[in-house]
Amino acid sequence: MLKILKYSFYDLMRSRWSYVYFAFYLLLSVVLLFLNSDLSKAVITLMNVIIVLVPLIGTIFGVMYYYNSKEFTELLLAQPLKRSSIFLGQYLGVALSLSMSLVLGLGLPFIFYGLFRSNAIWDFSLLIITGTFLTFIFTALAFNIALSNENKIKGFGFAILVWLFLAIIYDGLFLMSLIIFEDYPLDKLSLIGTMLNPIDLSRTLILLKLDISALLGYTGAVFKQFFGTNFGLIVSFIMLVLWVIFPVYRIVYKSKRKDF
Amino acid sequence: MVSIQNLHKKFGKNNVLSGVNLDIKEGGIFAVLGPNGSGKTTLIKSVLGMVIPDKGTISVLGKSIKNSSNYRNKIDYLPQIANFPSNLKVKELIKMIKDLRSFTNHDDDLITHFKLEPFLDKKLGNLSGGTKQKVNLVLTFMFDSPLIILDEPTSGLDPISLLRLKDLIQSEKAKGKTILITSHIMSFVEEISDEIVFLLEGQIYFKGTINELKTKTGQSDFEHAIASILTNNHA
Repeated sequence: MLKILKYSFYDLMRSRWSYVYFAFYLLLSVVLLFLNSDLSKAVITLMNVIIVLVPLIGTIFGVMYYYNSKEFTELLLAQPLKRSSIFLGQYLGVALSLSMSLVLGLGLPFIFYGLFRSNAIWDFSLLIITGTFLTFIFTALAFNIALSNENKIKGFGFAILVWLFLAIIYDGLFLMSLIIFEDYPLDKLSLIGTMLNPIDLSRTLILLKLDISALLGYTGAVFKQFFGTNFGLIVSFIMLVLWVIFPVYRIVYKSKRKDF
Repeated sequence: MVSIQNLHKKFGKNNVLSGVNLDIKEGGIFAVLGPNGSGKTTLIKSVLGMVIPDKGTISVLGKSIKNSSNYRNKIDYLPQIANFPSNLKVKELIKMIKDLRSFTNHDDDLITHFKLEPFLDKKLGNLSGGTKQKVNLVLTFMFDSPLIILDEPTSGLDPISLLRLKDLIQSEKAKGKTILITSHIMSFVEEISDEIVFLLEGQIYFKGTINELKTKTGQSDFEHAIASILTNNHA
């Protein structure tokens, strides 16, 4: 698996898109630091961008990489390699190179700005960690979708739909259900609702840490009340880990049964 | 060498293989023939574990291939369509496959055999179909495995390269290897194969030497013998 990971990683490192992605984050954080001149405010603005954008890039990159390397995958399948190591290697290659662009692109400007001397360092690290989690989650979802759809266009469309649903539509539906059922106790429902969407979960996680009650919203408030800040952090971390494990498990399961 | 029992495979509603039984003994060149869509590639890919059969068992070198990947160390496979990652150089691809599999130094001889030296530093995306096929052949033959599977090895090759390929196949046979070939070029098959396996509608219609096929169909010429099977079954 490590050899496949190595080749996928090098392959992506040579592609222009990794650099575009890296440059984008570099620019974004430089501009934000310029405009805000305050580290913790910049962290909040960054969070709003990252939480929508990282899943989108992870999804598109994952699907694109899978379909583009199809021929290469077929070449590998005829070699004495396990299927699980081929696909996990490719998945980790994509997820790691994307995470690297994210961490370096955001990290470098903040470090130069004096992150280590500021007390925003923990908030910032949490932001980077959730960003990495989201990359791993959505790349895994993208690989799942691509493995299940032979048709490229269908796969792409479906992947974008999943992103759109989790990033935007889910929140709308969630809010509507809260309004419609306002006469009922909704704590449990909103807790479960947040757990089932990795994007919402990341948002709540970061806001809990930043401790900005004004931005927490209803779910965040329930979360905080229910779990308390520290326990809430741990529970949401566990949920994020599960969000990585299940799609990865399905990649292994699906790839073992697929015909090429 | 390879033993296949009661192999079934369906793609959706399309029944590609329905109960194939095949025993291939060690040594010699076997040609798998059949009309388009008769399941030749599916059969080969099942042996390689790329297609997972619905029913039936396959064993290679006496061991069942189910849930195993190590047996592919004993197989060299030439895929039908040579598609490689296009931003990789020929040299890098050869190095990578060597790294993924095991050490070999046959690649240099093969590169000279197919006169590929001028292309080593070119990217695979910029090569012609025939040159890609030659790279494909180098990747296949550079490991000294006892079983060689070639899916349409002649496609895109010029006459000189075709001659070189035939020499190569004969020299591999002389080493006592088992070679499985599919091809639509009947003259190539007739010249090179010791035994043929004819697939028709997902089953083995005929297995034996070319002479046996000629007597069975009552034709004196191999191409006509094949044609007569097809017309008799599709008329």
